[in-house]
Amino acid sequence: MTLTQEHLGELREIAARYPQARSGLLPMLHLVQSIEGRVTAEGIEACADILGITAADVSGVATFFTMYKRRPVGDYHVGVCTNTLCAVMGGDAIFQRLKDHLDVGNDETTEDGKVTLEHVECNAACDYAPVMMVNWEFMDNQTPESAVQVVDDLRSGAEVHSTRGPRIVTWREAERVLAGFPDGLADEGPAAGPASLVGLGIARERGWTAPSSDAGAGSGKTAETKEEAVEQADTSRAETETKQEERSDD
Amino acid sequence: MTDVLTPVLTDNWGDDRAWTIAAYTDRGGYAALDKAFAMEPDAVIEAVKESGLRGRGGAGFPTGMKWGFIPQDNPKPKYLVVNADESEPGTCKDIPLMMASPHTLVEGVIISSYAIRAHQAFIYIRGEVLHVIRRVQRAVEEAYAAGHLGKNIHGSGFDLDVVVHAGAGAYICGEETALLEGLEGRRGQPRLRPPFPAVAGLYASPTVINNVESISSVPSIIEHGHQWFASMGTEKSKGYGIFSLSGHVQRPGQYEAPLGITLRELIDLAGGVREGHELKFWTPGGSSTPLLTTEHLDVPLDFEGVGAAGSMLGTRALQIFDDTVCVVRATLRWTEFYKHESCGKCTPCREGTWWLVQVLSALEKGQGSEADLDLLLDQCDNILGRSFCALADGAVSPIASSIKYFRDEYVAHLTEGGCPFDPARSTAWAAEEVTV
Repeated sequence: MTLTQEHLGELREIAARYPQARSGLLPMLHLVQSIEGRVTAEGIEACADILGITAADVSGVATFFTMYKRRPVGDYHVGVCTNTLCAVMGGDAIFQRLKDHLDVGNDETTEDGKVTLEHVECNAACDYAPVMMVNWEFMDNQTPESAVQVVDDLRSGAEVHSTRGPRIVTWREAERVLAGFPDGLADEGPAAGPASLVGLGIARERGWTAPSSDAGAGSGKTAETKEEAVEQADTSRAETETKQEERSDD
Repeated sequence: MTDVLTPVLTDNWGDDRAWTIAAYTDRGGYAALDKAFAMEPDAVIEAVKESGLRGRGGAGFPTGMKWGFIPQDNPKPKYLVVNADESEPGTCKDIPLMMASPHTLVEGVIISSYAIRAHQAFIYIRGEVLHVIRRVQRAVEEAYAAGHLGKNIHGSGFDLDVVVHAGAGAYICGEETALLEGLEGRRGQPRLRPPFPAVAGLYASPTVINNVESISSVPSIIEHGHQWFASMGTEKSKGYGIFSLSGHVQRPGQYEAPLGITLRELIDLAGGVREGHELKFWTPGGSSTPLLTTEHLDVPLDFEGVGAAGSMLGTRALQIFDDTVCVVRATLRWTEFYKHESCGKCTPCREGTWWLVQVLSALEKGQGSEADLDLLLDQCDNILGRSFCALADGAVSPIASSIKYFRDEYVAHLTEGGCPFDPARSTAWAAEEVTV
C-alpha cells in the first residue's frame, strides 16, 4: 500500500502535537503500522522526511521497541504473558497449547493471516493471571481451553470481547488509537474488573474508610534535606545520583 | 486508629461509569483544583512536601522535594511528565487506576503542573494497554471541554496543555531518562546524570517526572490537607498506597492501605494462600526487589521496614508463590526478562544479563556443579552497581536473594539432574484438580 496525501497529513498532524516534532515519532510509527500492517521502508522514509531526520534514525527507533513489527502482523495479535507470575499460573501451558493448536511458533502468523502469536512480558494485570492480550486488550484469567476458544472465535470472524474492555478491533485499528486517533470505544466495558475491586469490597463490607479530613498528623517526619531523602530513598540508584551530583557541585 | 484498608484512589472504582467526567465530578472531583488555584504555587509544593508523599513508582523519593528542585529562574519552559509505563513484573496498580478513574490522574496533573509552573504536560502510557489509553484520551478531551485544561483554567490565568503519548513496548522506558528519550522520539536508552531532569530533562528543559499513583495522590492531599495524608502510614512512610496481591492467594487484587500494613494482614484479607498450600516466597515490590520468605510475613510494608529486611518496598507488587513453585524456574524466567529488556547501552548489563541466563539455564536443567552458584554470585557482583541504570541492579535481585534463601533447591537440581517440581501443580486450574 502506498501512503496517501491524507496519511501524510495525519503523520504531520501527530508531529504538530509536540513542542518538538521528533517527539511524534513513536505515535507516527504506530500510525504507519495501522496503514501498512507493519513498519515498511516507505513508512520509515515518510517519517524521516516529515521530521527532517535520516531514515537510519527512524529505523534505529523502529527496531528498538518491541511493538513495532517488520513482518506483516495478522488481524489479531495474540500475546500470552510468560513472565514469571503468569507463566507459573499457567501462561506457559497456554502458550504451548496455542502454538500446537495454531501450528505456529513464537512471533509467527497463521496461514489464513488471522492470528499472530507471541509471548509477551508482564502486562500489568498480575491479579488476573494468567493473562493473554488480544490486540493489546485484556483477556483475564485464561485457561488453555478458554484461550483456544478465543483464537477459534477470532479466526471464524465471531465478535470477541475483552474481559475488561470493548469488542476487539483489528490490530490495525488498534494501532490507529495508539497513534492518538480515538475510535470512540472508551465507554465500552466496565470501570474495573473483579480483582481490581477486591480490597474496596472488603473495606465497604467492614465499614473501613480513609480518615475524615480533620485527622491530625501522625508523628515523625519524612526527609527535609536532599541528603536525608537519599538516605531514606529506596534505591541505590537515587543514592548514586546524588553522590554524583555532589561531586559535580564541588 | 486508622482502618486496615483506606480506599482513596480506589474509592470510586466501583461507581457506575466511574471513568466519565460526570461520575468523577458528581463525587466532588475537580474541587481540589480550585483549592490549589487559591494557593500560591510554592504553597502547593510546600503542602505536598509537608504531607510526606514519597514517589509511588518504586524509589520513594519525596515528591514535593523533587518539585522543589525545579529552578524557577530558568527561562526555559518547565514540563511535567507522568510515568505511566507500568511494566515492572508484578506491578498492576496504575493500569487499573487509569482505566477506572483517569480523571483522578488528570486532576493531579493540573495541580502538579500549576505547582511547578509547567504549561505543557505529557502522560507517557505504555502502548500495550489499548483500553486504558482510550480512557485517558477521553478524560483529557472531557477535561478540555469542561475548561479544566487549556487557556486560563477556571479563570486562574493558568494555562495547561496535556498530550497523551503511547509508548511502543520497552520496559526500560519506565526508567525516567529512558522515558524522556522515548518521548523525544529516540531509542529508549537512559541518559548520563548529571544533569538531572529537574535541571535538563525533556528538550533539555526543567522537567518533573512522577509516577501515576504519586500524581493521583496530589488532589487528595490538597482536598483534605497534608495533615490528613500524614495521619496515615508510618513515621517516615506517610500516607496510603495501593498494594497489589497476585499469584497463589485466594483473592488476588488491589488493596489500598496505609503504608506499614504487613503481608500477613494482606494475605488474611485475601482469604489466605491457595487451599492446601503454604507460602514459599514473595516479592515485596516487583521482581527487581529481592525475594522474601515466610520469615518476613510481619515486616511492615513501608520503605524502612522492607529495607531493613534486606529488600525494597518498590511498587508494592506482592507476587505470592506457594510451595509448588520452583524458585529456580521463577528466577530464570525473570532473568530472561531482564536480558530481553536490557537496552544494550552499557556492557555490564548487556553482556552480564546474557551470561546470567546461560549459567542459570544450565543449572535449571541440572547441568554444571555447585561451583556455578558461586560463579553466578560473582557475576552478580560484577553487575550490581556497575551498570548505567537500575535495570541491571534489579536483574541480580532475584538471583542473589533466591540463592540466599533457597541454595538447597539449586543444589537439588544438580543432584536430581533436573527440576524436581511439576509445573502443572502451580497453575491456576491445578487447585481444582486437588480438591476434586
